[in-house]
Amino acid sequence: MRTCLVVDDSSVIRKVARRILEGLDFQIIEAEDGEKALEVCKRGLPDAILLDWNMPIMDGYEFLGNLRRMPGGDAPKVVFCTTENDVAHIARALHAGANEYIMKPFDKDIVTAKFQEVGLI
Amino acid sequence: MTPQDYEFLRKILKERSGLDLSSDKQYLVESRLIPLARRIGLSDIGELVQKLKVGTEPLTSEVVEAMTTNETFFFRDKIPFDHLKEAVFPALVQARASRRALRIWCAASSTGQEPYSIAMCVKEFAALAGWRVEIVATDLSQDVLEKSKAGIYSQFEVQRGLPIQLLVKYFKQTGELWQLSADIRGMVQHRQLNLLQDFSHLGTFDLIFCRNVLIYFDQDTKVGIFERLSKILEPDGVLALGAAESVVGLSDAFKPYPDRRGLYRPNAVRAPRTGSAAMPLRAVAAATR
Repeated sequence: MRTCLVVDDSSVIRKVARRILEGLDFQIIEAEDGEKALEVCKRGLPDAILLDWNMPIMDGYEFLGNLRRMPGGDAPKVVFCTTENDVAHIARALHAGANEYIMKPFDKDIVTAKFQEVGLI
Repeated sequence: MTPQDYEFLRKILKERSGLDLSSDKQYLVESRLIPLARRIGLSDIGELVQKLKVGTEPLTSEVVEAMTTNETFFFRDKIPFDHLKEAVFPALVQARASRRALRIWCAASSTGQEPYSIAMCVKEFAALAGWRVEIVATDLSQDVLEKSKAGIYSQFEVQRGLPIQLLVKYFKQTGELWQLSADIRGMVQHRQLNLLQDFSHLGTFDLIFCRNVLIYFDQDTKVGIFERLSKILEPDGVLALGAAESVVGLSDAFKPYPDRRGLYRPNAVRAPRTGSAAMPLRAVAAATR
């Protein structure tokens, strides 16, 4: 079973994402900020990462930079999932190595479409 | 809704749009028409039917539009668009090298996501740069055509099937809405058209997308449409159908495109027919069930 790391400081969002992604046959690991997510990745890289932007301690953008610099860190498919819904943020995320981008609010159809787009489904 | 009201609605929908509702689709009719009835001050579908029986043409059109407007999204099913990039466009680029022009018809184009997906595929296909590519989008509903022409979509709509790179490249953000660039919108011409009626005036096409609409028609209507589509598709052109649609067992006007599910080519070698083209094939299909 493939693994997806859900990184978001909102437990509600993590719960919603977990329910959707488990329905898509992913095993879920949760982290509430970028620093904790990085620790998870050092122990073992997931197949996919659903990543919030604004989080305390380490935000999603900084996490992504750190991840992509790790050995093998270019492998996980990273899908941003954020309220930062403007073109400038999207362009920055893509430039930093994000594979896809979800603008909150989201639903199952959107997550499914985005994961299909990057070949995770 | 009474059975009589349902029968009345089924009949006018069949006559006006070809929509073939089975006897168990009351829920669909209610979900689409109760909001319409309430919007015009009627309490239920019974009152709506009474008003239709008096014979108001604009209301009949509204009912047909409400029932035939179907969900769509960008790059729906993904695979047909992969086929365009991998097989259809390369073959057409070669075959039309001297003409450097393509005509594409997107039938039942709804709110535009499909013709604009094709337009973006064309733009992204480097070998078609500088070609004259005409995309004709048709639909029964004038309302959805107007939305399509505007090319403005909600945040939800642009996230269902549209790769983020194409969103950034071809759309302009206005608040929570996203509008396609004038360049992409300009590639698509919009025309109102009922597939039940003659469409030969559209001219001939190199590629026809007719996806997820024939499933709503009865067998005879499908056969007739396949026959007429075959007359306006170039001999080396391609027909794309929806994932749940096929010509197999219905028409020999087309044959499957090798290794490309959902795509069909005109069949140059057709079986000799005696009377209706559809009958022998359908008889064969029935006999083999």
